[in-house]
Amino acid sequence: MKRDIILAGVGGQGILSIATVIGDAALNEGLYLKQAEVHGMSQRGGDVQSNLRLSSDPIYSDLIPKGGADLIISLEPMEALRYLPYLKEDGWIVTSSKPFVNIPNYPEIEDVIKHIEAISHHVLLDVETLAKEAGAPAQAANMVLLGAAIPMLGIDHDKIVEGVKRIFARKGEAVVAANLAAIEAGYQASNI
Amino acid sequence: MKHLLLGDEAIAQGAIDAGLSGVYAYPGTPSTEITEYIQLCEKRKALSTNTVETGKIFCQWATNEKTAMEGALGMSYMGKRALVCMKHVGMNVCADAFMNAAITGINGGLVVVAADDPSMHSSQNEQDSRFYAKFAMIPCLEPSNQQEAYDMMHYAFDLSESLRTPILLRVTTRMAHSRAVVETIDTPREQNVLSAPENTNHFILLPAFARKNYAELVEAQADFVQTSEESLYNTYTKGIQPKKAIVTTGIAYNYLREVIGDSQEASVLKITQYPFPATMINQLVADGAEEILVMEEGQPVVEELLRGMVPSSVAVKGRLTGDLPRMGELTPDCVRAALENGNVKTESEKAVPEIVVGRPPALCQGCGHRDMYAALNEVAAEHEGSKIFGDIGCYTLGALSPFHAIHACVEMGASITMAKGAADAGQFPSFAVIGDSTFTHSGMTGLLDCVNSKANVVVLISDNLTTGMTGGQDSAGTGRLEAICLGLGVEPEHVRVVVPLPKNMEEIKQVLREEVAYNGTSVVIARRECIQTLKRHLKAKK
Repeated sequence: MKRDIILAGVGGQGILSIATVIGDAALNEGLYLKQAEVHGMSQRGGDVQSNLRLSSDPIYSDLIPKGGADLIISLEPMEALRYLPYLKEDGWIVTSSKPFVNIPNYPEIEDVIKHIEAISHHVLLDVETLAKEAGAPAQAANMVLLGAAIPMLGIDHDKIVEGVKRIFARKGEAVVAANLAAIEAGYQASNI
Repeated sequence: MKHLLLGDEAIAQGAIDAGLSGVYAYPGTPSTEITEYIQLCEKRKALSTNTVETGKIFCQWATNEKTAMEGALGMSYMGKRALVCMKHVGMNVCADAFMNAAITGINGGLVVVAADDPSMHSSQNEQDSRFYAKFAMIPCLEPSNQQEAYDMMHYAFDLSESLRTPILLRVTTRMAHSRAVVETIDTPREQNVLSAPENTNHFILLPAFARKNYAELVEAQADFVQTSEESLYNTYTKGIQPKKAIVTTGIAYNYLREVIGDSQEASVLKITQYPFPATMINQLVADGAEEILVMEEGQPVVEELLRGMVPSSVAVKGRLTGDLPRMGELTPDCVRAALENGNVKTESEKAVPEIVVGRPPALCQGCGHRDMYAALNEVAAEHEGSKIFGDIGCYTLGALSPFHAIHACVEMGASITMAKGAADAGQFPSFAVIGDSTFTHSGMTGLLDCVNSKANVVVLISDNLTTGMTGGQDSAGTGRLEAICLGLGVEPEHVRVVVPLPKNMEEIKQVLREEVAYNGTSVVIARRECIQTLKRHLKAKK
């Protein structure tokens, strides 16, 4: 088993929480894992990404080579496109459809969506709305996205659910329940 | 026990398990998480009621890297193990203490961790800290993965105590900020007991004593080299085709393996300990190497060194020859290109669509720095040719859209002293913008210079009550900035405090105008808590 994943978004959106849950599930599965994060200056509303590598064999490089990613998980549609050179020929994009506009020259959203739809394997979801519909706060949008990516992760649905329970346990039952609802909403919506 | 740890956290856990007594550090990306991890462990230990009583670890942030280095040397002097952590440019700040700690030697184990930032993800240069180890003539370790980073801390403290020298452990961003599974030991080693040095002359660097110490350090070099040559962390594997050889340092080894897998074709020398092991490179050449490709993260330190070590018939390739990029961090892609002489297949690679635009970092919405810049820009515009000297922190982002406020930003503290130098040259008005933590780190002495020459400058201390850029660590002067400025001799009527909020805009501008009009040194403190730490504090109260 080997999965190379690029997590993308804008600083503050919560991509590292996605990585934390996958990491916890992978560790419990006895998988090898490497996860390169971005800290510091670029966190302030700039583009952020994390390289997450999972494998049943030892992993050397912390970085994913170009054309090597099985999956791009992005909390922002234009940010998903930024890492296309890293995506495998038959790789997947799982992304939020809602633009995060904090720059004056953000492109037309229709053009962004068109480019994503040009990738044969893609899942495009309004994760914030799905979170709300599932009775979870908008902050749980990242868990909706994670739920949608489960079929491509190479880790079973139930193992991810266990990871969510462990990671959010100290925040109380209500938070765990909200995040689990978000995971399910995404899992159902991706419909793969 | 197996844990998922950042490289920084592996270093921290390794130090704790090696019997650490104190960590001394100033926050700086990518080194901050080392100290934060130790602080968290200490906090948990203090809250826990049923742990076995282990010694406390001192872990309060230092005012700057120099005070950190000196504090650690003092702890080492008393026989205990001390750790100093900083980002690469912090090495410049503590260089005086660092260089001379190599001359005094140590009593308790002393390890200095420098986290370099090639590609300048969050830094103003990409200087390579291995030069400092060579400069100070002390051993340097450069782990290739998170497990090695953990294991090497124990080794580093042992090495420090057996060779009686400080050890520099150098990491780079991708090691510091990448997580991997790390296996740790169950029981930490006991801390050292308090014991002053037998011979205090070692620590008194009068020329007569210093000459003797320096001679000992020079003499010890042969031991240091031998230790590197015998180190289990430096490995040489003769290849099936030994004409082609590869030398890797630190994490470059990972990129090599990523590209060539377990191939045994080329000879591979993996370096993670310095001084450079001369006999190993001699062996490589003796085995028939005609071409050596050097892969190292940072500046071409080893590549330059090897050019002087191998016969001229052996070609040394790397960053200097253009086989690898001259600057920036290594990637699996540039390593592949170097191994395949640039013949990389890229036809299947997808392009970034042209509609994708850059998204530079920006000050948070609602941040007090924004209101400070809004007012400052208006007042500065009232005078033709106003100059605003910036400093290091979140507020450096004032250089970008929409403010375009600052005209210089060089290193910690330079805002005040450069504004002074500009004023000395005849510039008016001359503003400095500096954060509270940067002010106590390196701005206070510059302000004293201003006061002493009655420099005509307006110093804005944008006080958000924290070290914001690195994630909100305690700031050394919180609650005492006015007292510090008064103590340094700024006239009491020219130490002003404003609250940077849109509703106070007129008042702030008026205060700035009055201080521009004053021919002397003024300080305007714009104080409002960082909105990130404020959110956290409100949450904690709930």
